[in-house]
Amino acid sequence: MTLYAALGAVEQGLVYGIMVIGVYLTFRILDFPDLTVDGSLPLGASISAVAITSGLNPYLSLLLALAGGFAAGVVTAVLNTKFKILHLLASILTMIALYSINIRIMAGPNIALLGVDTVFDAVTRFGVPAQYAGLVVFGAFAVFVLGFIIWFMGTEIGQAILATGDNPQMIRSLGVNTHVVIILGVGLSNGLVALSGALVAQNQGAADVGMGIGTIVAGLASVIIGETVFGCQTMARAFIAAVLGSVVYRLAIALALGLELGHFRFNPSDLNLITAILVIGALITPNLKKRLIAR
Amino acid sequence: MIKLENIVKYFHKGSVNEVFALNDINLKLDEGDFVTVIGSNGAGKSTLLNCIAGGFFPDSGRIFIGAHDVTGWPEHQRAALIARVFQNPLLGTCPSATIEQNMALASLRGQRRGLARGVKAKDRERFREELKQLGLGLENRLLDKVGLLSGGQRQALTMLMATLVKPEVLLLDEHIAALDPKTAGQILNLTQEIVKGRKLTTLMITHNMKHAIGFGNRLLMLHQGRVLLDLRGKEKENLTVKDLLAHFYQAQGEELAMDSLLLN
Ligand SMILES: Nc1ncnc2c1ncn2[C@@H]1O[C@H](COP(=O)(O)OP(=O)(O)OP(=O)(O)O)[C@@H](O)[C@H]1O
Ligand SMILES: [Mg+2]
Repeated sequence: MTLYAALGAVEQGLVYGIMVIGVYLTFRILDFPDLTVDGSLPLGASISAVAITSGLNPYLSLLLALAGGFAAGVVTAVLNTKFKILHLLASILTMIALYSINIRIMAGPNIALLGVDTVFDAVTRFGVPAQYAGLVVFGAFAVFVLGFIIWFMGTEIGQAILATGDNPQMIRSLGVNTHVVIILGVGLSNGLVALSGALVAQNQGAADVGMGIGTIVAGLASVIIGETVFGCQTMARAFIAAVLGSVVYRLAIALALGLELGHFRFNPSDLNLITAILVIGALITPNLKKRLIAR
Repeated sequence: MIKLENIVKYFHKGSVNEVFALNDINLKLDEGDFVTVIGSNGAGKSTLLNCIAGGFFPDSGRIFIGAHDVTGWPEHQRAALIARVFQNPLLGTCPSATIEQNMALASLRGQRRGLARGVKAKDRERFREELKQLGLGLENRLLDKVGLLSGGQRQALTMLMATLVKPEVLLLDEHIAALDPKTAGQILNLTQEIVKGRKLTTLMITHNMKHAIGFGNRLLMLHQGRVLLDLRGKEKENLTVKDLLAHFYQAQGEELAMDSLLLN
């Protein structure tokens, strides 16, 4: 793997790491498997792209993307809590609805961001070389979001979210409206996913309605790899592990795609196979380790 | 103070599975009443407690707690007035949160939760003091996850958490039934201390007739959704297990002969 490819993979790992934080929040903490993310990632991208091309400041466009993602999460959570639709089904419904909505927002399946200011221009203007701008911006955002979520989960509301995923009966009997907590948590999660999508779009110079496909798979893969490699003993550690897991996941994929065994090479279409193998590896490693130690 | 007026509760009303769980229950508990509740399986004891706590709404009747008519209040709103301990020790605490986080969650029962720290430095000292009362050494394990504790330790912690904020009424549903005899005895003594020490109005469901007689100042016997027996004061003090069985026979005739044999 070239240094250039490695750099790109770390960049990707950091920006999608923000999405993984969101997935960790729903999947692990709230115990709410949420497929909305496949729609809210391109939603964030579309909103940000449309906002920027209509002349809005690229940083402000991120806030709009965040709000849009939050709203998408709220829809899924309301369908689940208030209308008793199974969480998986509720999130699939929102996800497919978002496909159409995203095309409406962009007035087409994609939008190019050529010749407009993005969040990266502000950094390069400060003298950061262009090839490191992505790393700097994504690193800063990942650290900021990590700091925020770790702080938030330590607050009274954050602790109520933790308890809602862990023991809803108990936290209700302590006076917490678990419906409100789930709506807030799934909203926040999708807000972060949309933020991640907006940053990706600004980086690759386009928003595309298809860019969300496989988001949940990448998210879960990163979560599981992070837990296996870096552990999850405390809340802070678990979130940091999720982001690092995302970086490891992207590095591993870049490595695999660059692999040459005689005449054999992986194609980009083998990505799903590689992901599956990575996740299986991460899932069975702890078990194998235990058995080796037991011997 | 807590008052139930004409509480009626059906499950699956109108279907072949219809269950008439509570049949016109009228009950008034005074401040500081410690009431033990007995009755055979399916008598409606848990349903009664769930109705009070707001797990579901009665089909008719009214529920008052303190000065409030709580009949239409959802469960989380009633939590400000009610503390509960369940039969299953796993239900009362959060396994993946630490002891201090669990206590902090409980210390906010019925209050608005905001962006302040979940566990505050000033609370820690108080939690430690409270935990010392248990004599289980938990005061040195504030940062341990509750999932690591034994069932008995978890139930002791739950008892403590239930009373960090003084409730109008404490509901105990067979809260020692899942514990070994020694631990059960300890938790029962702890219950006695806490209820008496803080003068809590309490409903305690039990299948142990000796406990039902030995604890509290009042005893209820439920059968098929009705209150068969409501004894207090001298009547309750002089009660023996034999009397209690006689009451079973008297009220129910031979139908209950089998049940009472089992209860013996
Ligand atoms: N959620 C429910 N749905 C349907 N039926 C229920 C439900 N909860 C209780 N019942 C029924 O209501 C009746 C009373 O049940 P309840 O749990 O109150 O009994 P109990 O006195 O607590 O018995 P036990 O001593 O076995 O705990 C039973 O016939 C039970 O099957
Ligand atoms: Mg019961």
